[in-house]
Amino acid sequence: MPDLDKKILSPEPLTEHGARRRTALTCMAWAGAGMLWTLNGGVPGSKLMGGTAQAAQTDRHAFSFVQISDSHIGFSKDPNLDPASTLQEAVDKIRTSPEKPGFIIHTGDISHLSKPGEFDTATQIVQSAGLDVHYVPGEHDVLVDDGGSYFERFAKPSDPKWYSFDQGGVHFIGLTNVLDLRGGGLGFLGDEQLAWLKQDLHARTSSTPIVVFAHIPLWSLYPQWGWGTDDSAQALSLMKRFGSVTVLNGHVHQVAQKVEGEINFYSALSTAFPQPAPGTAAGPGPMKVPADTLRKMLGVRSVNYVPGEADLAIVDTRLSV
Amino acid sequence: MTMPDLQGVWVAKIAARTMAALCLATALAAAPAFAAEAKPAATVVIDNFSFSPAQLSVAAGSTVTWENHDDMPHTIVNDATPREFKSAPLDSGEHFSQTFAKPGTYKYFCSIHPHMTGTIVVK
Repeated sequence: MPDLDKKILSPEPLTEHGARRRTALTCMAWAGAGMLWTLNGGVPGSKLMGGTAQAAQTDRHAFSFVQISDSHIGFSKDPNLDPASTLQEAVDKIRTSPEKPGFIIHTGDISHLSKPGEFDTATQIVQSAGLDVHYVPGEHDVLVDDGGSYFERFAKPSDPKWYSFDQGGVHFIGLTNVLDLRGGGLGFLGDEQLAWLKQDLHARTSSTPIVVFAHIPLWSLYPQWGWGTDDSAQALSLMKRFGSVTVLNGHVHQVAQKVEGEINFYSALSTAFPQPAPGTAAGPGPMKVPADTLRKMLGVRSVNYVPGEADLAIVDTRLSV
Repeated sequence: MTMPDLQGVWVAKIAARTMAALCLATALAAAPAFAAEAKPAATVVIDNFSFSPAQLSVAAGSTVTWENHDDMPHTIVNDATPREFKSAPLDSGEHFSQTFAKPGTYKYFCSIHPHMTGTIVVK
């Protein structure tokens, strides 16, 4: 294709900081299947779940949470005929982790076809971790009825489609960028949500660590495959005054990251199937990897927060090594 | 030799089609406007998150069928207000058909993956 330019082949040059982190994550990949994010002083850091190496220095006010994404319950094709079992494996990693996370976020595509039974199976498995769970929808969760079946089940009456909450001094924001998508466009937040976001952030001091999570990347990861959000720049401009902003997304079924000023972007692994790196295949569909490779390409992420540190520590742990 | 056999098969098929068309013409003889030509049909294949052909021209009255050959669900949604057509989510192997009675240009997209777009031109 003529428009496969250099940018596509090398979509997101990492900063030195990002490159170092990726190297570290690669080194850590042996340890297991989960990544524990700790927020320490506003900066995400990471450590391996179930691993003993590189235990982050934490104080009593540090805490961690776990991100799982793209469980696609209901998918049943090569390379994964049973995504319920791989989701269960991911949740078991969380449940048996020596360090108990504060809660779980699920960044969407919980189901494959928005069917009630798929949502039921997914929530039963995720709840087996015994932790609070905060969901945002993926496009597969809102296939019918403008997402009615998703929002009836997951939205709180006070927070119909997007929401925020505070934990341990960190402000968390769950956004929805899979509704009312426009022909030829990408993910979409919309004016109503942006107005809500502006008001939500207005009340926070600039020293408050911010963690934003949404399904589709809020950065231009690979627009040719729809991996970006049309009006994300407006959302990000509202966050520029904050000293620590961490943006977590799913959708692309692979680890990717980018640092832009004070904003750190991270895409997570799926628990169901991998997708190709940007521009390396004819399309972004499931990679048909061999059975013995599949679990090396699935996983969960942990995030550690330590008060006083600007970066949260992020570790992606795979289901097998 | 296989060629004569193959040709034979083709001839047989053509003959069968001709017979079918004749039967249809006979059956519809009282309604020549319908019998004059069978309703034309065309197919758009969805593969690797794209519509092929992305632009398709058909005669008024044609039925266009979209076939999803991907491992992921897609939709076909008219990009216009008001919308002339919108499919349910098509899982792998499923299809959706729409008959275009009126001439015009009909843009559409996949509402799940909106970077997927296509156009039907009806003449």
